Amino acid sequence: MTENNKRLMQGNEACVEGAIAAGMRFFAGYPITPSTEIAEISAAKLPRIGGKFIQMEDEIASISAIIGASLTGVKAMTATSGPGFSLKQEGIGYAIMAEVPCVIVNVQRGGPSTGLPTSPAQGDIMQARWGTHGEHSIIALYPSTVKEIFDTTIRAFNLSEKYRTPVILLMDEVIAHMREAVDLPDISEIKIYNRKKPSVGPEEYKPYKVLKGNIVPEMANIGEGYRYHVTGLIHDESGAPTNDNRIAEELVLRLVNKIENNLDDIVYYEKYELDDAEEAIVAFGATARSAKSAIDTLRAKGRRIGMFRPITIWPSPKKQLTELAKKVKRIMVVEMNMGQYLLEVERIAGKYTEVLGYGRVNGELVTPKEIVRFVEEG
Amino acid sequence: MGNNLIEKYYRTERLPHIWCPGCGNGIVLRAIVKAIDNLGLNKDDICVVSGIGCSSRATGYLDFNTVHTTHGRALAFATGIKLANPNLHVIVITGDGDCAAIGGNHLIHAARRNIDITTVVFNNNIYGMTGGQYSPTTPTGDKGTTAPYGNIDPNFDLCELAKSAGATYVSRSTVYGANMITKQVEEGIKNKGFSFIEALTICPTYYGRKNKKGDAPEMINQLKEMTINIDAYYKLPQEKREGRIVIGELYRVQREEYIEKYNRLINSF
Repeated sequence: MTENNKRLMQGNEACVEGAIAAGMRFFAGYPITPSTEIAEISAAKLPRIGGKFIQMEDEIASISAIIGASLTGVKAMTATSGPGFSLKQEGIGYAIMAEVPCVIVNVQRGGPSTGLPTSPAQGDIMQARWGTHGEHSIIALYPSTVKEIFDTTIRAFNLSEKYRTPVILLMDEVIAHMREAVDLPDISEIKIYNRKKPSVGPEEYKPYKVLKGNIVPEMANIGEGYRYHVTGLIHDESGAPTNDNRIAEELVLRLVNKIENNLDDIVYYEKYELDDAEEAIVAFGATARSAKSAIDTLRAKGRRIGMFRPITIWPSPKKQLTELAKKVKRIMVVEMNMGQYLLEVERIAGKYTEVLGYGRVNGELVTPKEIVRFVEEG
Repeated sequence: MGNNLIEKYYRTERLPHIWCPGCGNGIVLRAIVKAIDNLGLNKDDICVVSGIGCSSRATGYLDFNTVHTTHGRALAFATGIKLANPNLHVIVITGDGDCAAIGGNHLIHAARRNIDITTVVFNNNIYGMTGGQYSPTTPTGDKGTTAPYGNIDPNFDLCELAKSAGATYVSRSTVYGANMITKQVEEGIKNKGFSFIEALTICPTYYGRKNKKGDAPEMINQLKEMTINIDAYYKLPQEKREGRIVIGELYRVQREEYIEKYNRLINSF
């Protein structure tokens, strides 16, 4: 790493840089605050490297276009914010069912509805999990620094390719618009995962059959001689729609389990000052930055407190949260909503320890001072 | 000859299809396949994209690269496919509800961009899959299960819409004259830009029954009587044109295609 690689960079810019490093060559989007810079920077950068950018007529068209692009073998991303994320849910469900890798960025802002377009919030934690209809699992990642946005965007693409599933990259207005000095790694140091292409010829190819030793079906690109059918309907291994109840159950369970059975590979997190901690804060995104500062203050006063920061929000880090819950006297979940992730932490940790929540929904960041006060008085 | 087309281009193991007896969709589908055969295109280079509805089930039966998408979004998916791999011939199969109601915005913008996609609308004037609700092309006054007293909405002229939005090839045909559909699909595929073909078809089960239109042969004959070729139409005096649906090639213009423009941008760096 040389000093020359150090750049002052905005969070949204780091997202595009990470995506391009991961191999993104297609972006479709629709303008929406506070994610718009991701589209703007993609529009400027992609044609220069032979990639494609298109501004579609709406959010649904954007996610539809990236799914189409991905089917041809091109890594694709879209980015949006609250109201647009609601519209993306249709396409997210399709990408889950048809197993099409793609990345959906949601820079969270105040809601509901048009809400507070230029203010931060973390109100889409549950929408990321359950926003699209039907039984499913989902991968959602949430970085908290500009450098981590770069790294996590690459991870989002890698997981998406590996598990053939849409991956949601959650951000918030604070980290998306924040600028920090970032040391970008050399391209050769970055690990890239590309979807597995068919190991058999077109005659033998079954587009939705998982071959021995694989986690997901091998994926042929449209236009390379493997003519197959892609559908959002329940389908058999050949891709043909079916109403067969046994096949329906097998498929839905396979789509859920390919994620839920690989948590060790998918779950990323950071532990901060937890070694001797008697109490812990759980926080993510911009809120985790305030929490860190609060922990430093509290530790200076002699309090043994630390933080568990899930980077993988979904699937939730069950094992790690359970371990934590068995160790500490209480867990405090701090988030810019009225307790969405609190529900999940209570579900996992509630039987082992006390779980408290602190939230706010006025469009302001939770400050370190507030967290200190909450810990001392709460 | 007909059977050869089926063996050559259909996923025969997926047949029989789900369409009702007397449905016109099979006629339109065969006309499309015949156009592909006439042009001698490689099956691997063709991607057929559909939305949701009776006609959109067609993709499942075809031995091409096929993508059965979400309701109304076929053109948005197709835009991504074509832009990401411009070597593919991208054909969209859609219905009147799929294309003109829930997908209306995507139609307008795909036409505006003049992206090289050939769209064939199977217009049967009704939502068939859900059991016969009125669509944007159900004629005013006609009945559907959601228009039990007659439809008060004015019906859409989809060809006028496509033309105004920027399509560079626009035509209309009917299942009475399947050869015309074939010819138009050929022209649509050959046109470097957004091509829009409205194929008027029949739904005896829902639209026909609700509106006492008779059986399938009668409905096909009605299509013949309602329509008039564009050349003959303009020879008619003004007062005799009223109520006739014009078929044939309605519009054609030269305009630079979307991806050609984008590639010029890429090549400028």
